[in-house]
Amino acid sequence: MQLTLEFGGGLELLCDSKKIHDVNIEQHNGEDKLIMKDLLSWVRNNLIKERPEMFMKGDTVRPGVLVLVNDCDWELSGQLNTSLEEKDVVVFISTLHGG
Amino acid sequence: MSASELLRELDSLKDAKTQIEHKISLLEAQLREINLRNDAAPPNGSSSLSYPTNGLTQDMIHRYSRHLMLPSFGVQGQANLLKSSILVVGAGGLGAPALLYLAASGVGRLGVIDHDVVELNNMHRQVIHTEAYVGKPKVKSAAAACHSINSTIQVVEHEEALQTSNALEILSKYDIIVDATDNAPTRYLISDCCVVLGKPLVSGAALGLEGQLTVYNYHGGPCYRCLFPTPPPRTACQSCAEGGVLGVVPGIIGCLQALEAIKVAASVGEPLSGRMLLLDALSGRIRIVKIRGRSMQCEVCGENATFTQQQFLEFDYEKFTQTPLRVPPLKLNLLPSESRISSKEYSEIILKKETHVLVDVRPAHHFKIVSLPKSLNIPLSTLEARLPEVSSALKKEEEDSGVASGSSAQLYVVCRRGNDSQRAVQYLHKMGFASAKDIVGGLESWAHNVDPNFPTY
Ligand SMILES: [Zn+2]
Repeated sequence: MQLTLEFGGGLELLCDSKKIHDVNIEQHNGEDKLIMKDLLSWVRNNLIKERPEMFMKGDTVRPGVLVLVNDCDWELSGQLNTSLEEKDVVVFISTLHGG
Repeated sequence: MSASELLRELDSLKDAKTQIEHKISLLEAQLREINLRNDAAPPNGSSSLSYPTNGLTQDMIHRYSRHLMLPSFGVQGQANLLKSSILVVGAGGLGAPALLYLAASGVGRLGVIDHDVVELNNMHRQVIHTEAYVGKPKVKSAAAACHSINSTIQVVEHEEALQTSNALEILSKYDIIVDATDNAPTRYLISDCCVVLGKPLVSGAALGLEGQLTVYNYHGGPCYRCLFPTPPPRTACQSCAEGGVLGVVPGIIGCLQALEAIKVAASVGEPLSGRMLLLDALSGRIRIVKIRGRSMQCEVCGENATFTQQQFLEFDYEKFTQTPLRVPPLKLNLLPSESRISSKEYSEIILKKETHVLVDVRPAHHFKIVSLPKSLNIPLSTLEARLPEVSSALKKEEEDSGVASGSSAQLYVVCRRGNDSQRAVQYLHKMGFASAKDIVGGLESWAHNVDPNFPTY
């Protein structure tokens, strides 16, 4: 499945300072659908190069990270259970506090 | 006269100059108003007709004419704005442009709260302040600037830090709150206080080359805690002083905050509630995303929430976010004193030409700004992989200076403020570099205690 993943608000520093990643994810164990829970563990294993605790806590993202699926808060689409489709854009963005 | 006497004299003269300039601008504004009124006075004997103007005075119609001509803003929008009161929390990078535009646009009563003083190394983004105000309270400087743009509005100065003890009283005096602060605990504090008082909150943030903007607690929309019920770990909250920020980025977000506050105050358009604007300045992208609505489970604004003024007063925001409200620079103390030297001691080591290697563990882009002579840059994050470079530098130093066998070159470590250098020395000790020492207080201490001409940043 082709997806575009974007990291912002400093999270890009955890994956070689690259903000946009066009990825192709192969589904395993015969499942034909991919949900956010699967994507998170894929990202953690394949893209996060350092300090994984700055990206995840338990099986979800750490506090202070907004997840957007096609420009929409994943809270509105079922969070970890959000189903992903071909060409979806998933954004992970850390909230900023500076000014 | 000594240098310090001269400096004091200069300071007091600059003070007097600022006050006089402030007075001059006030008097000039008064004079302009009197002249305008006289110009407008009907010639002797002519009848004094009254004209229906929807409550705007002649001066207001003149000053805000370009607003009044906008069909979607017009007289009603301006009249609403003139009746409104807005508090801007923070007169920094976000607050600076927000305050300038809010003052110019004719917000009836404009409050500003900040406890800090104007600093030269913030002026690249805090464009409301001028050099004459360096060292003076930001609130005074910001209020003077607002007043010189628009002497017809009321500008209220709150020269203090926002805390639970004063927040209810201060925020309750305003219709709309603008969060232009720079740290996590204050952001939770302001949002909770806005929920308790039922005030809309225009929230902006910026860091590096990115910015974020949304309106909280507006017409049943979410609050800050609906989005972020659990505070992020402290290490995830960089400040502009730590991470850097391109000045114009908070400038853009601050202008957008003024825009949203004006829309809410004037009751025009669709405020950015339930949506968030994300600015990526480097790639030139702005995206507006849909965020969740009010959370039924929110501990502050949710269905069964019972967050009262009393609970707000007793809430410990520093403990909640594990971050102090006023951010003092982090000062670690990881090493025994025999593994540390002062910057003065290091300057003597240079003078005596003692055989040594100085490793600077700051990031490479910091090292480029300025560094001590003959220092070797190995950023902390790469130290593990580059240990052989440390060994070979020590060996080369020993060979070059022909140190008698048995004695060896010393290893010193420096960074910006003396925290990372301790982490590095701790690691070096573990890896067998038993004699490694760090320079207490880093380059800031060098500038402070050894060479005042050393540039700090
Ligand atoms: Zn809430």
